[in-house]
Amino acid sequence: MLAKRIIPCLDIKDGRTVKGVNFEGLRDAGDPVELAKRYSDEGADELVFLDITATKEKRKTLVDLVKRISKKINIPFTVGGGINSVSQIAELLHAGADKVSLNSAIVRNPDLINKAAQQFGSQCIVAAVDAKRIGNQWTVFISGGSINTQKDALQWIKEVQQRGAGEILLTSMDKDGTKSGYDLELLQAVNAFAQVPVIASGGAGTKQHCIEAITEGNADAILAASIFHFQEIAISDLKGELKKAHITVRETT
Amino acid sequence: MIAIINYEAGNLASVSNALSRLNANHIVTNQKEELNQAEGIIFPGVGHAEPAMESLRTNELDQWLKDTNKPVLGICLGMQLLYESSEEGNSEGLGLIPGTLKKFNSETKKVPHMGWNTFTEVNTDHPLVSNFDDSEYFYFVHSYFAPINKYSIANCHYIQDFTAVVSKGNYMGVQFHPEKSGKAGSLLLQNFLDYVHYTDLET
Repeated sequence: MLAKRIIPCLDIKDGRTVKGVNFEGLRDAGDPVELAKRYSDEGADELVFLDITATKEKRKTLVDLVKRISKKINIPFTVGGGINSVSQIAELLHAGADKVSLNSAIVRNPDLINKAAQQFGSQCIVAAVDAKRIGNQWTVFISGGSINTQKDALQWIKEVQQRGAGEILLTSMDKDGTKSGYDLELLQAVNAFAQVPVIASGGAGTKQHCIEAITEGNADAILAASIFHFQEIAISDLKGELKKAHITVRETT
Repeated sequence: MIAIINYEAGNLASVSNALSRLNANHIVTNQKEELNQAEGIIFPGVGHAEPAMESLRTNELDQWLKDTNKPVLGICLGMQLLYESSEEGNSEGLGLIPGTLKKFNSETKKVPHMGWNTFTEVNTDHPLVSNFDDSEYFYFVHSYFAPINKYSIANCHYIQDFTAVVSKGNYMGVQFHPEKSGKAGSLLLQNFLDYVHYTDLET
């Protein structure tokens, strides 16, 4: 049976792993390649690397990092952060990334999804959506949460799916960094119509939060950062708890 | 030596890295002369069937693959291209294994079938899968599937039962990505390397 995926996320800044609270206040959390190897050994099902300081001159550093990661680890990984062209996508995929996550660039230029999906296949195009509740709807923010696009998140997710995104990385900005649990209402609203896998992101603080994201939010995968980096929760323990809650997980030991 | 076929639809870096981790001597090539030097062939693939076939034809690799008696391991799209045809763009495959690839019915569940899944049935008489049962997980990403036929040596279930591993003569194929399937995937690639070595000794 298809297993639910546990995905540690590594936010990368200047080649190091960091994690912010509500997109600010960064704390250093180690070498990304070492962490990636540790997570893959501990049973992570997939990894996501988000370059939060992606600038032109640092792009080469990211490509080199992707090459180093792909040599070391034998599970799928996604790379995101500042990717805005088909040629950048090609460069990262050729360096060994399995998928790329696109966020601000596809809001500014939605055709990028179609082009990238056509050229590389939908399976490697992840649409990352940062959603914040404003009034009684969720609104899409870009540029690391600093710009309000005024776009309705649910409508936007329908559009990216229709344009060929193969997966949705759905981050609740209200929950991100709070450790108060995933935004279950947002997950339910999206999974009510989503035809591609949805990765829940933002708010993980306990194992129970991860269980709820799957059983109540209907998430296909759960993504978290700090709870894994600071070893608050071991991936194997989390999988044990999920299994007790009758959720199918990949056992690696 | 193993040759990884280089064409427009490759996940080449991942496959090459996986073979390096197993200390397997290998090259990445689209030249027939170099393929002729190899003892075993890995035929990777990600993307769409039709452009992939086009790319193979450009270097006459389609004919080379049909003619070879070396062990060939197709991965994902590489496996799918071993079949006769696909509903994906109504494209022709290499026709080395009977059957037509079908698209998953997306009415009940999300498509692509993406993530880690297990075998439902496995024929452990075949050296490629002899040391597996239904407890190992492999990483799948695909929207089209090969229906089960007499050449299926391991099956998987998502929406319906389908072929996870196929073998006919020297042609083998896996629907999942062994190069991305953790320890279980490495073991399967090692099985292929052992098989190549074994047949190499035989000949």
